[in-house]
Parts: sequence; structure tokens; C-alpha cells
Amino acid sequence: MAVKTYSAGVKDYRQTYWTPEYTPRDTDILACFKVTPQPGVDREEAAAAVAAESSTGTWTTVWTDLLTDLDHYKGRAYHIEDVPGDDECFYAFIAYPIDLFEEGSVVNVFTSLVGNVFGFKAVRALRLEDVRFPIAYVMTCGGPPHGIQVERDIMNKYGRPLLGCTIKPKLGLSAKNYGRAVYECLRGGLDFTKDDENVNSQPFMRWRQRFDFVMEAISKAEMETGERKGHYLNVTAPTPEEMYKRAEYAKEIGAPIIMHDYITGGFCANTGLANWCRENGMLLHIHRAMHAVMDRHPRHGIHFRVLAKILRLSGGDHLHTGTVVGKLEGDRAATMGWIDLLRESYIKEDRSRGIFFDQDWGSMPGVFAVASGGIHVWHMPALVTIFGDDSVLQFGGGTLGHPWGNAAGASANRVALEACVQARNEGRELEKEGKDILTAAAQHSPELKIAMETWKEIKFEFDTVDKLDVQHR
Amino acid sequence: MSEIQSFNQSEKYETFSYLPQMTADQVRKQVEYMISKGWNPAIEHSEPENAFGSFWYMWKLPMFGEQSVDTVLAEVEACKNEHPDHLVRVIGYDNFAQCQGTSFVVHRGE
Repeated sequence: MAVKTYSAGVKDYRQTYWTPEYTPRDTDILACFKVTPQPGVDREEAAAAVAAESSTGTWTTVWTDLLTDLDHYKGRAYHIEDVPGDDECFYAFIAYPIDLFEEGSVVNVFTSLVGNVFGFKAVRALRLEDVRFPIAYVMTCGGPPHGIQVERDIMNKYGRPLLGCTIKPKLGLSAKNYGRAVYECLRGGLDFTKDDENVNSQPFMRWRQRFDFVMEAISKAEMETGERKGHYLNVTAPTPEEMYKRAEYAKEIGAPIIMHDYITGGFCANTGLANWCRENGMLLHIHRAMHAVMDRHPRHGIHFRVLAKILRLSGGDHLHTGTVVGKLEGDRAATMGWIDLLRESYIKEDRSRGIFFDQDWGSMPGVFAVASGGIHVWHMPALVTIFGDDSVLQFGGGTLGHPWGNAAGASANRVALEACVQARNEGRELEKEGKDILTAAAQHSPELKIAMETWKEIKFEFDTVDKLDVQHR
Repeated sequence: MSEIQSFNQSEKYETFSYLPQMTADQVRKQVEYMISKGWNPAIEHSEPENAFGSFWYMWKLPMFGEQSVDTVLAEVEACKNEHPDHLVRVIGYDNFAQCQGTSFVVHRGE
């Protein structure tokens, strides 16, 4: 066995952390970074530096390195690849031994993987593109409190996407007026309504009154329609204590589902709340405020597919994923990639959808993909095609902006949804025949007819800022 | 205001209940879809006043592996004839997802 001796000073990172001969183990956590090095720093050194700074390394050799077996604990840059269409960057693949991380803690994993290294001077920009979680690590995480199938059974919704709506205006309504808006949506045919993420417990509407009036709205709509209904009561709060207090109260009054913002609220709070939900039989809707700060720039930050994996491990039954067709950013193939990462149990590497690694979730439940933002009835054929049944389609303005009010708007969306699902099942091509399908359905629904006239011309056709990396030469 | 219409909700039965009751041909196509997905057809029925619960009466047993749409539709008819005032729904059990792949009411009672 080679003997190691201490010699102080600064070594090139590549001597220790660049190991192209390494074959990753099944238990390693693998990461793919897009690295934009500083001028003059070669690829191997930059990749090794990223591996070092996100695992065991520091800028200089220290004598205490020799008290442990660094070869057992170090991260290893094991592969480098060109980025199609961008010569200034490259992909660095790094393997981390599972022993580096506390079990069941996305907090711990990401404190390492996207910690100091993102401010590191040798790289000009750095983006975490994908992470492969080994099944051994997946099994230490709680995951979604219930998952798709259990939620379907609880809510009695089968064979179609679920329908939701965010109550607007997002700020300023009194609790009773807010409850009215909820009641109108639910009685009109929606399955869920949602607190806007900005709604926590402001002076104009404290959480307790909101919860009470909303619960009355749910119960009344359920009684009148004979269908099961819910409203995502947002329990995102300034402190964990306050968050749990609100969650407990939602349970006490019989609400079926609560909501949390997992990035602004934090992964620690989210994982705790997901565990609480599992123990208390409460569904958990997850919003993603702040994600675009991290995932929009093509060269720096964290790709949303990684944020989606974090959420599946941390726990949530729904997650917002973008709509592809609405007002918010999202490339179609990439979106379909991360939707699969949320819902399926095994996802193969597929660069055409931005997936860098095989991902095995074992028996971990799946998460409903939520499409929300700037969508209306005319988008329905595309949404049903893109998202399939295991999704929640949320029409905010597209419900509340109906000329006859929320109930009519809700009904229009429900008719459009069911007509599209029916047509799809009959083998018709929704995206080609969408107009005919909706027009035929509107014959029986004056609400849908008016909705189609109202939103006829509105489209959101801006180019996507963050595209998949493809060769353009 | 004159062109605004009030919305009057009514009792609904989840999937497809916001569309007009399906014709025989439309039901046939949905059952074909169910079978093409590899799901196992089943029939349930309930008094309308008890429809909110999770469990309706099973009509016989789920038709495991049934490939004939006609056989499924004949059972729907038999169930309707025996319980004309009940709601009747068709279910497709997805035994891989361990969940119903679909479920919809084909007879809304008389």
C-alpha cells in the first residue's frame, strides 16, 4: 500500500480530483455541471476544482487530510463533454460517494453540491444540469406524502387531469369575499382552488378567517355537486412553528389539502411538513416561487429538473412545472422530461429531453405535475396532450375572467377538459382537431361558447430563454 | 347585464358528467380505449343518494382480462335493467398503477 506523507502547499486540483479512469459506483450520487471556466483555466483543472470544492477539498493541503482516507470521501470528476452549440462551456460529470451525505437530507446534499463552489473564482459561471440519486439514497427519503394514486382515491378523480384555479386578485380580498370566489369556482366544476403564493396571513386577510370561510365554501360546493373538492390552504409561514400551527388547524376543520412554497420556505421546512402531511393524511400542494432566479439562466444556477428531483425527495403531492403554452417560460421537450422525472418510477437518460442520467425512484410515489399560468380554454387540447391525465391544469384568469363569473368560467373549463379527454380516448388527435372538438362541446355549453369568444386571440409566443443545448452549426 | 347568465349547478358524477350523457356508440369507444390500455373493466351501481361515498355496489366481479367490448356493454345493460333507478358506472382497473385508470357514469338513473 502506498504511503502518504504530508507536504504543505497548493496542489493542482487535477492531481487529486480528476479521475477519468473512474467507473462510477451504483451507490454514487452523480452530478452533471455545465462549467464556464475563467480564461486560461483548462477543462480538466476546472472540472477537478468543481469536484473538490463541492466535496472534500479546500484551496490548500492541510495535515488533517492525512487523518482520514480522502480517496474514500472525495468527489471525482470522471468525464468531460462538449456542450452542443456553446464552445465556451463544457459538461463536467462528478461522482460523489454516498457516505458524504446525511441520509434523507436534500438539505445536506445540496449544501455540498451547490454550496461554495458556485462562487468559486476559477469558474466564471456554473450550472447544475442534473443529479442522479442512487436508489440507496432515494430510499432514505420520505418523498411525496401520498402520491398520485392515493390522491386519486381520496379525491375520487379518475381518467382525466384535475382542474384548478388560483383565486385572484392575489392580494387584497377579505376572507369572506375570498371564500365566495372559491365557492363559485368549485360549484362550477373545478376540483381545486388555490391560494396565491403571496397569500400567507396579511392584515387584510388573516389565515384563520381565510381557512374558515374557504372550508365553508368547499363543504357547500361538495354538497351541491356531489363531487369531492379541495382548496390549497397555503401554510407557508415566517417560522416552522407558525407553519405547523396553520397546518394543524387546516386538519382540524377537515380540509383535504394544504400548500407550501418549498424554495422560499426552504427544503428543511418542506421536508418536515411533508412528513407531517404523511402522518396526518393531508395532501400537499407545492408551489415554486423563486425557482426562476436559479433555473432560467442557461449558464448559471440550477436546472429546474434538479429542483423537481429535490422536491420529489423532500416531499409534495403536486408541483408546478410550467405550462409550455402559457405566459411562463418552458421548452416543450425539456418540460416533458422533468414531468417524467416527477411521475414515473424509472426514467432513462435522454439528452433530447435534457435528461443526463438514468433515474430509479424505486417505490417512491409520484408527484402530480401542475400546469398553471396564463392558460385558457383554447389551450386545453395542447395541455391534455402534453400533460396527460396525471396533472392538475390550473386556469386562474381563464376561470375568474369569464364574462359571466367564476362558476361559468369553471364550468367552461370542465366541459372543455372532458370533451378533450373523451376525444383523445376515441383516438382523435387533439392538437390538430382541437378547434372542432371544442366547438362541438360548446353546442351544449353556453359557458364554453362565451369563453371561446372571449379568449380567441390571446397567445403567448415569446421565444424561450433557456433552451436545451443543441448544435446550431 | 342582460346578456349575463346565472349559473345553476346540479348534481354531478365526476369524469364526463359535464358532458351530455353519452350515446351507446360513445360509451363503446370509451370501453375500447379502456381495453386497449390493458385495464380490467368493472361495473358498479348505486342509489343516487348514496353516490358520494367511495364504495358503490359491485355488479358481479371485475371482468379481468376481458377483451370483448360487447361483453362489457352487455353487462352494463343487464345492470341497468336490474337497477333502472340507480347510477351505473364503468371502471377500468389499472393493476400496475394499483388504481383506477378511469371511471365514469354511463347511466344517470331514470
